[in-house]
Amino acid sequence: MTYLLLFWEFFKTGLFAVGGGLATIPFLMDMAEKYPWFTTAELSNMIAVSESTPGPIGINMATYVGFTTAGPIGSLIATTALVLPSLVIIMIIAGFLQKFRENALVKGTFYVLHPAVIGMLFVSLTSMVSPLLINLAGGTLLEIFNLKALALFAVLLFGILKFKKHPIVYIAIGAVVGIIFKF
Amino acid sequence: MKELLILFGLFFKVGIMTFGGGYAMLPMLERELVNKRGYVTMEEIMDYFAVGQCTPGIIAVNTATFIGFKRKGILGGIFATLGVVTPSVIIITLLASVLKLIAGNEIANSAFAGISVAVCALVIQAILKLMKTGVKDALTFGIALGAFLAMFFLNASPIIVIIVSAVIGVIAKRLLDKTSAKKEAK
Repeated sequence: MTYLLLFWEFFKTGLFAVGGGLATIPFLMDMAEKYPWFTTAELSNMIAVSESTPGPIGINMATYVGFTTAGPIGSLIATTALVLPSLVIIMIIAGFLQKFRENALVKGTFYVLHPAVIGMLFVSLTSMVSPLLINLAGGTLLEIFNLKALALFAVLLFGILKFKKHPIVYIAIGAVVGIIFKF
Repeated sequence: MKELLILFGLFFKVGIMTFGGGYAMLPMLERELVNKRGYVTMEEIMDYFAVGQCTPGIIAVNTATFIGFKRKGILGGIFATLGVVTPSVIIITLLASVLKLIAGNEIANSAFAGISVAVCALVIQAILKLMKTGVKDALTFGIALGAFLAMFFLNASPIIVIIVSAVIGVIAKRLLDKTSAKKEAK
């Protein structure tokens, strides 16, 4: 049953996630909330691994989520289901590529789908950030904010925007700082 | 059959050599498919990328499907897609099995807590990059804000957000284009 559900969820993701690998994150978050398969914290680790290994991020994430949910067969199912809709769609479009590109309806649709993805990614971001940086159980202001994590976050964000190195560099820094300062 | 296997091999190589997918795979595609094999031109690849971004699915995979289909029809599309996906499936499955073994280890937990912070920062960078091209005017800003609010407060599913945005987008774009056409006519 999990196999079928997994296939269905990733098929839907493949059909509706427009704009590449990152656009699948809101869908994966949705799965984390709906099913007991994995937590949002685990998802964050999966994104890190997917960014640091070869291959398209979207495929890496699907494989990882599938594996976590249902083992090696799960990873095959998730990846196949994710790829299937676009495989069919692309082959249909390939026949009339030029017409497709110039079609006003297509242009209008995709003009607004990317901003929709951006809005959804912000939601994913809030559910990733809040457990890391904020601890609502804390009493005083100092306890509410996880200062160690906030400091690392600020430094990394500055570094990312300023130096534009490969993601793996910042992930490695995060790991080292996490170990040294016992996050 | 031979060319199908070549397609699989080529895209396997592309999959294993690109970190991050998307535009990161362009130099590799150029070297393997444009310069070495002459299968496609760089212009065609850019076209596929443009369309791949506007169609559902992973951009790198969509580009592979396009090129494979162009060379060898449906089977070509399937083999190229399998090629670009296979390295990920193997590498991630192996890595995930190893990582599962160290889960619960205190040092590993600290490392992953630090990594999660880095991932948040990386996602912010990705969003900012997308915003440069995606949020251009009042309409696109409104859609982004609307999508955020619908998901954050109403817990709307991503599919609903995509469908509603598409409908609103098409209607609004038509109306806007009509009014600007009228202005020009005057």
